[in-house]
Amino acid sequence: MNAYLVLANGMVFTGKSVGCPGTTVGEVVFATGMVGFEETLTDPSYYGQIITQTYPLIGNYGMNSEDMESDRVWARGYIVREACTAPSNFRCEMTLDEFLKKNRVIGIEGIDTRRLTRILRESGVMNGAITTEFDPGADAEKLAALMAEIKPYAVTDAVISVTCREPATFEPTGGLAEGEQPLNVALLDLGCKKNIVRCLRKRGCRVTVLPGTATAADLAALHADGLMLSNGPGDPAENVEIIHNIREMLDTGIPTFGICLGHQLTALAAGAKTTKLKYGHRGANQPATEFATGRTFITSQNHGYAVMGETLPADVGAVSHVNANDKTCEGVAYTKWNCFTVQFHPEASGGPKDTEYLFDRFVERMKQAKGGL
Amino acid sequence: MPKDPSIKKVLVIGSGPIIIGQAAEFDYSGTQACRALKSEGIETVLVNSNPATIMTDPDIADHVYIEPLTAAVIEKVIEIEKPDAILPNLGGQMGLNLSMELARSGYLDRSGVRLLACRPDTIDRAEDRQLFKDTMEKLHQPIIPSKVVEDLDDALDFAEVIGYPVIVRPAFTMGGTGGGICEDREKLHEIATNGLRLSPIHQILVEKCIAGWKEIEYEVMRDAKGNVITVCNMENMDPVGIHTGDSIVVAPSQTLSDKEYQMLRTAALDIITELGIEGGCNCQFALKPDSFEYAVIEVNPRVSRSSALASKATGYPIAKVATKIALGYTLDEITNDVTGETCACFEPALDYVVVKYPKWPFDKFVYADKSLGTQMMATGEVMAIGNNFEHAMMKAVSSTELGMDTLTLPAFEEMATEEIIEHLHVQDSERAFCVYEALKRGVPHQTIYDITKIDWWFLDKLQHLANLELGLKNGELTREKYLEAKKYGFLDKTILRLSGADRLPVENYRAGFKMVDTCAAEFAAKTPYFYSTYDEDNEAAQFIAEHSDPKKKKVLVFGSGPIRIGQGIEFDYCSVHAVWTLKEHGCEAILVNNNPETVSTDFDTGDRLYFDPLNPESVDNIIATEKPDACVVQFGGQTAIKLAKHMDEIGLPILGTPADAIDEAEDRERFDELLERCGIPRPEGRTVFTLDEALKAAQEVGYPVLMRPSYVLGGQNMIVAYNSADVIEYMGVITAHVDMSHPVLMDKYILGTECEVDAICDGEDYLIPGVMEHIERTGIHSGDSISVYPPYNFSRKVIDTLVDYTGRFARELKVVGLVNVQYAVQDGKVYVIEVNPRSSRTVPYISKVTGVPMVDLAVRCSLGEKLKDMGYGTGLWRDGQSPYYAVKVPVFSFEKLHGVDTMLGPEMKSTGEVLGIAPNFHGAMLKGLVGAGYQFKRPGPGSCVIISVKDSDKAEAADLAWKLHDYGYKIYGTAGTARYLNSQMIPCSTVRQMSGERPNIIDLLESGLVDYIITTSPHGRDPHRDSVKFRRKATELSIPCITALDTARVLVDELRGDHDVSKIELVDISTLHRKKS
Repeated sequence: MNAYLVLANGMVFTGKSVGCPGTTVGEVVFATGMVGFEETLTDPSYYGQIITQTYPLIGNYGMNSEDMESDRVWARGYIVREACTAPSNFRCEMTLDEFLKKNRVIGIEGIDTRRLTRILRESGVMNGAITTEFDPGADAEKLAALMAEIKPYAVTDAVISVTCREPATFEPTGGLAEGEQPLNVALLDLGCKKNIVRCLRKRGCRVTVLPGTATAADLAALHADGLMLSNGPGDPAENVEIIHNIREMLDTGIPTFGICLGHQLTALAAGAKTTKLKYGHRGANQPATEFATGRTFITSQNHGYAVMGETLPADVGAVSHVNANDKTCEGVAYTKWNCFTVQFHPEASGGPKDTEYLFDRFVERMKQAKGGL
Repeated sequence: MPKDPSIKKVLVIGSGPIIIGQAAEFDYSGTQACRALKSEGIETVLVNSNPATIMTDPDIADHVYIEPLTAAVIEKVIEIEKPDAILPNLGGQMGLNLSMELARSGYLDRSGVRLLACRPDTIDRAEDRQLFKDTMEKLHQPIIPSKVVEDLDDALDFAEVIGYPVIVRPAFTMGGTGGGICEDREKLHEIATNGLRLSPIHQILVEKCIAGWKEIEYEVMRDAKGNVITVCNMENMDPVGIHTGDSIVVAPSQTLSDKEYQMLRTAALDIITELGIEGGCNCQFALKPDSFEYAVIEVNPRVSRSSALASKATGYPIAKVATKIALGYTLDEITNDVTGETCACFEPALDYVVVKYPKWPFDKFVYADKSLGTQMMATGEVMAIGNNFEHAMMKAVSSTELGMDTLTLPAFEEMATEEIIEHLHVQDSERAFCVYEALKRGVPHQTIYDITKIDWWFLDKLQHLANLELGLKNGELTREKYLEAKKYGFLDKTILRLSGADRLPVENYRAGFKMVDTCAAEFAAKTPYFYSTYDEDNEAAQFIAEHSDPKKKKVLVFGSGPIRIGQGIEFDYCSVHAVWTLKEHGCEAILVNNNPETVSTDFDTGDRLYFDPLNPESVDNIIATEKPDACVVQFGGQTAIKLAKHMDEIGLPILGTPADAIDEAEDRERFDELLERCGIPRPEGRTVFTLDEALKAAQEVGYPVLMRPSYVLGGQNMIVAYNSADVIEYMGVITAHVDMSHPVLMDKYILGTECEVDAICDGEDYLIPGVMEHIERTGIHSGDSISVYPPYNFSRKVIDTLVDYTGRFARELKVVGLVNVQYAVQDGKVYVIEVNPRSSRTVPYISKVTGVPMVDLAVRCSLGEKLKDMGYGTGLWRDGQSPYYAVKVPVFSFEKLHGVDTMLGPEMKSTGEVLGIAPNFHGAMLKGLVGAGYQFKRPGPGSCVIISVKDSDKAEAADLAWKLHDYGYKIYGTAGTARYLNSQMIPCSTVRQMSGERPNIIDLLESGLVDYIITTSPHGRDPHRDSVKFRRKATELSIPCITALDTARVLVDELRGDHDVSKIELVDISTLHRKKS
């Protein structure tokens, strides 16, 4: 079955359907990771977006139930050059196509993804649609109707859509000495990847995942040792209420670690501004330089917005990391609060684990704070 | 951390001659290092014995010493040049070992020279088996159960503990020399004995065999600040058990999930961090296919062959970045040249698939054992890029120049399916083709997997190619079918052949090009580095529109493809120089090549680089996009020459010598006419197609005759036939391996002194930089002969004749550019053997020792300049006078090639060469021989030489035997030789042949007392012959075995003197050159 990718600028790519048939509209973005497509597909940060994989052969090692970063696919569509029909890996449970069908994802394969990426790079992220329902070249009327849907599309209510409905608690899986009590971490789920939870649990933390709408009072009731602000999708500035809640939570002095959207919302809570990047950072090869050590780390990233470091009030904290390529803000060390945040993903999945030590730093902070009480 | 300002002058050590396991990749990395040093304003001193390299160009380094790579020589260079530091990790194992030797001896400390980038203890921890094991254990990195042993009994005992099969890996040998898989005690006995001997520290590792696990490599980099990155990971299609240099390799890995990928990536980064390497490092892992279990196989603490591949596969210049790191820069301070915006501290993202395919010498060595194992056999490799695996694989197979355009090998097509399945067990250079044949027959993937352990993913992709091929053979060639086949790499001619169609459904369907940009299009890149795809998008066309200067003449330069015997690095030297000269003279030079090891495939060598096969269709695609004004074919060896006819057909002007001249020189009848016009004598010869014609011709001309197929390079399948049996054997071999649309040439074999002349011509005048005289008489391929410049033996009259004849050829053939002529001189009479109107193997060496930039002048001639305006004069350069003698000595890789007879003959066998330069003949010869690996040990108690020569050589051998006896050697001879020597009153003991009762000649060889063997026998090749077995045994024991009396003569003469090369004046060849204005 033919599938078509229609971009907001009027360009049409013809390919074949992969996954479900139908029509879907979203913000078309590209991700450059060469592995980790299952993690990418199930990352809630892609809510509202149609993902283009720049690596041409996708699904080579198939899909399994262990590597999912959330319980479903949040992206609105999937674009690959070649979807592997005969995957090979000892953990493979199904093909990409089967996985997409099971998750009701509309996909397209067989298009020149490099050409598409270059277009997105030049013009910035762009809305678009995948359809299997008509040939846009042959049906001007339907195309006009689809265009009318594409053009005004915006990713809204993103966090509310992806966050959990009820709190849930997860016991530690390791990292505790004999008889040692676990640390209680409250995790504000803004669209959390499971590996953040795993990274904390294996370090001796009992993790209570809270819905993104949780308030400072909800947090207080937990008597948590630390607060984890997760990654998540959408325009950070949209989350006015959550930002307000986070400010209140941080004012309690609780040790806090923020990742990605959590980093952005903290900065907004501190009075800084965020901006939309032309085409974002999505991949497993982004260099982030830490000022304190001068070290540059290869990081996994997935964000379309960034904190404008220069807007951060001097009395709340300072930029701690920058992207070595475009010098955008990659992390903030707060002085006003017991908090540090990063734009990149130390929990990786997919991508390099080189900055996973930041979770150790968070655990240290919680222990220090606890000891000081 | 910025650059360390105390480093002002740096010594770089090259890797020496091209041998199996150490090929052009180190010229690439060394050249890139020198250029990086130069760009930092650092004075560079280069030492390398290999004259064919680009790094030894005076343009690349400030001071260039083409000298033997020994510690004594390096020390002397350090005394003369007084460098501040030495850069050890870019010249392969050779450069690294030498640097470590100097560091360990305390010499570097004493002379105040800093060792950059690594410390001796780092190297030991990566290369010493026990220290490596300890280091990995400390890091909790799993390794394979193994034990370092220093004697045979320990090896055998340990094998009992871990169980067979086991693998033997000798310590500190390159390319795994002397190692192997042992199925049982007997095999272990053999391999362990050999391995212990070959290891310079008499140490081997015996380890559990994990054949069948996936083999995965990571190229990682680290700077002094501790920043670490992965440049690339690679997956071997062939599982553990076949040396990675002999494996088909893909980048990036295909069958690893993020979890496995990151697990191994983290391991690699932990290892480089623990070792404290500042620069590049290669980590090899074995990964169990059905779990997360893995083991670290090997760590190379330096820039390696895989680094060259990773550089070309990603666009990330590893050697350059490693050099800058050595100077003190950190990764985040170094700019990514590809994008010009981002920094070098990032990991390349690929949006294509890379396939590396090895190039083995088995098409030349038909009797060699083709089986692959832990010891590398390939002489070179090709790389191909596609946006699907199938396309990349098809490009790779075409690029290996095996005469195949799909993976179908005719020999397998003829076998029954049961035989094919049985043959899958054979782990040899043709296994991918065997697998392909099995897939075409519908053999279940499970069956193939069980035998080969080639991952299902690869089997599925190969199955797809097989299905496409079968599909083309059946039914009508529809437009859809055609477009599908194109997308996966089938050439038009293949599609026509398979489908039987007489025309294609789409006329002139041309590929477009995509850019290799390190970042999967995330950033706008400036690299003019492209590969073809059948997408509509054509980034090359856009790049040309934006960047190409329409006022400039656009010239296509064809490279020389993979390094192989007979076509080595010298042609890359020529191609690169051609590009540079074209650029200097206002042209845009566009390079096409497929060899990842070379300087030519560096994206900043030409104005644009097309990394694609060198077949007509592939080149047509490039031409359609580039619309060049002309092309150059004379610098890329036979690979480029083969394209000349096609260029003529499509009407693209060839700069320089016309295609017709090439045909005139290679076509027997036309060549005879040419000789007649020139009035030059040649040995009588015939052209034959069949055995009957061959036997008849041999009768007419008279034995011995020289036989060879036309259109060959490196004397492929060339032999001297002494009788009709030889003719019958060789016609059989030749017809089996060579396309018989070209005839076999048969010439009367002239016994005389061989010499060759390289000349530059502008169509009217000619310039001969130098005449080279060979040490060995005719009958030994010029590439395997020791060659001396200037001639040491010729009369003025002979030299005048050589010059005169060369000039006549040049004019008559209308050569514009380079021409190489080989002559035989017998009793003062000069015969021509062959004329090659193109660049030759000797061009780099003669350019360097005479200071005449031959390629530069040749290119200028082809652009219309005249020699007389170039300032180098015409005729014989400096009337043949030279302040130095330069001796080129061939280097062989026989220890790697099992079953290959080491006897030299008209078929080329050497893989590389070294040069010795000195004010006198003997000094130059000694340097050459030492550079080539002759050790010149003084005879100790019991030291002996074995002499076994054919009757016609006995008189000459007696003279040599006298001298050897005189120097203190005991002489042994086989029965006939001993009898003759005794009759000449030379003390000589008889040693029994191999087939004789023990103790025999084998026991003598194994005694360790034999320093040299001199053996000449009329027959060879067939590995079952005793004489061949004897020579193989000597090779395996690393005993120099000289198979030509002329070679023996110079060696024996050199044995007489003081053997200390470091006492001979060193020559900085940059002083021989005029500085470029």
